[in-house]
Amino acid sequence: MEHSGMLQVRPTARRTPWGKRALMAGTLGWFALLVLLPVAALSFEAFHSGPLAFLSGLKGEAAAHAFWLTIWTTILAVVVNTIMGVLLAILLVRHNFFGKTLFDGIVDLPFAVSPVVAGFMFIVLFGPQGWLGKWFEAGGVKIVFALPGIVIATLFVTLPFVTREVVPVLREMGRDAEEVAYTLGASRWLTFWKVTLPTIRWGLIYGITLTTARALGEFGAVLVVSGSIIKRTQTATLHIHQEFTDFHYQAAFSASLVLGGISFVLLLMTEYWKKRHKEA
Amino acid sequence: MSPASTKTIAFRRIPSGDALIKIAVFSYVGLIVILPLLTVSLQALGQGVFKIWEDVTQPQAWFALRLTFVSAIAMALLNAVTGTAMAWVLVRHDFPGKPFVNSLIDLPFALPTNVTGLMLVVLYGPVSWLGKYLKTQGIEIIYAQPGIILALLFVTFPFVVRSVQPVLMELDKDIEEAASTLGASRFTTFRRVVLPHLMPSILTGVALAFSRALGEFGSVVVVAGNIPMKTQVAPVFIYGEIESYNPRGALAVSLVLLLVSLLILLLLNRLQHWGRERGT
Repeated sequence: MEHSGMLQVRPTARRTPWGKRALMAGTLGWFALLVLLPVAALSFEAFHSGPLAFLSGLKGEAAAHAFWLTIWTTILAVVVNTIMGVLLAILLVRHNFFGKTLFDGIVDLPFAVSPVVAGFMFIVLFGPQGWLGKWFEAGGVKIVFALPGIVIATLFVTLPFVTREVVPVLREMGRDAEEVAYTLGASRWLTFWKVTLPTIRWGLIYGITLTTARALGEFGAVLVVSGSIIKRTQTATLHIHQEFTDFHYQAAFSASLVLGGISFVLLLMTEYWKKRHKEA
Repeated sequence: MSPASTKTIAFRRIPSGDALIKIAVFSYVGLIVILPLLTVSLQALGQGVFKIWEDVTQPQAWFALRLTFVSAIAMALLNAVTGTAMAWVLVRHDFPGKPFVNSLIDLPFALPTNVTGLMLVVLYGPVSWLGKYLKTQGIEIIYAQPGIILALLFVTFPFVVRSVQPVLMELDKDIEEAASTLGASRFTTFRRVVLPHLMPSILTGVALAFSRALGEFGSVVVVAGNIPMKTQVAPVFIYGEIESYNPRGALAVSLVLLLVSLLILLLLNRLQHWGRERGT
């Protein structure tokens, strides 16, 4: 007990710098190999024959039609699922009803269900042999292998995003501010517009971005439900798949890069906003 | 201020139980999620348990299910380790370009699944120099089973990282220092002190990734193709049955996937409770 008195605190930095370096190199290297290298390979191939060739891959009526269809479907999905997603979040946080826990779980199901099974469900229900499908077809409305099917499938796969981002914010904010506004004579609508909405803004924006990225990129569910009819029910992802299986590589690569790029930039932008919001 | 305002002070409670919100939300979720799920489940069960068993154990379906589960388990084991390591490096270490790497983690979520598949084919496919080189070494990735695991690793990469990262950020370094001071080696400190705290979040990430892997279609169908009894996973099998107008075969396997998804959701719910208990 010669060194009695002060207990020597051994710093955690007893780690050998080599172990630390190996961990960092291994982890980052794995990530680069697994994720970044394939992205780089596609980008390289897309521009391999020059920027003009890249652009020529985006030409053609089929490509234009596919991208427009994806844009419209995405807008529809975002509008509907933003409104319904906020209402759903309000219902889950602010209301009590029979079977709420079960309902809460059901809202998450679209994340757990395989896209193919999702598409298949809509064929079973809305297809020519489905009981709702027969009913619609009698009224002259075709859902499966037509545009409504694409929209419904996209609505399904993107349903939980806004709700899942808004629920925690709504739970945290409580009701005090809203009750004050309401007590001071603001209408329910004004209360929502001036108090609730600004508070949930960031959760909402993040939810909308995720919805947009998923709607732009949905493949499996839309493939099953739409029948992938060129210039009719072919979305951008289906167009890429078509061009790839037809060996039109330049067209497939260019369209892939544009579609993936849009989603990625959206995601980066939201992350940037989110960070600025946290720092503010 | 003015005496008149005292009259309005009387506390106005926001009327709850807004029937309109309830009707809108219940009918929307009912039509988009509950009704399709019930229809497909009931139609599958309506064939009788014996028929379902027969359809599931039919060699091609059985092989597809087994391949799906084996690949998902392999992916889950690898992802648990690499995801935790990535979260550790991002939280505990500093390196140039860290914010950039941090936002790149979500890249796999932003990319359409079939674009992911396409990237892997471009990189490892029979036309690329890497693919050619690997072939001379007797390693086949594309249109083979390693490609399936590679695609699953790619699309599920962010789950474990994003689940572990926040928990690791909040973890107090004091207990690690205490353990280290008391003479525990770095590895022992990690295993006995850090790991138990991270366990709920690692398992949550793994469960989410596993669930996603069971249903993954787009990337796998592009990378591994649709070769029965060789590279055909369950969602691709279901797709094949739908395409060949055999909904009966699709129903049974869909039911199995749906049931497993439900089980995982229940498990995730338990994990959340566990994580909350650990957190306090």
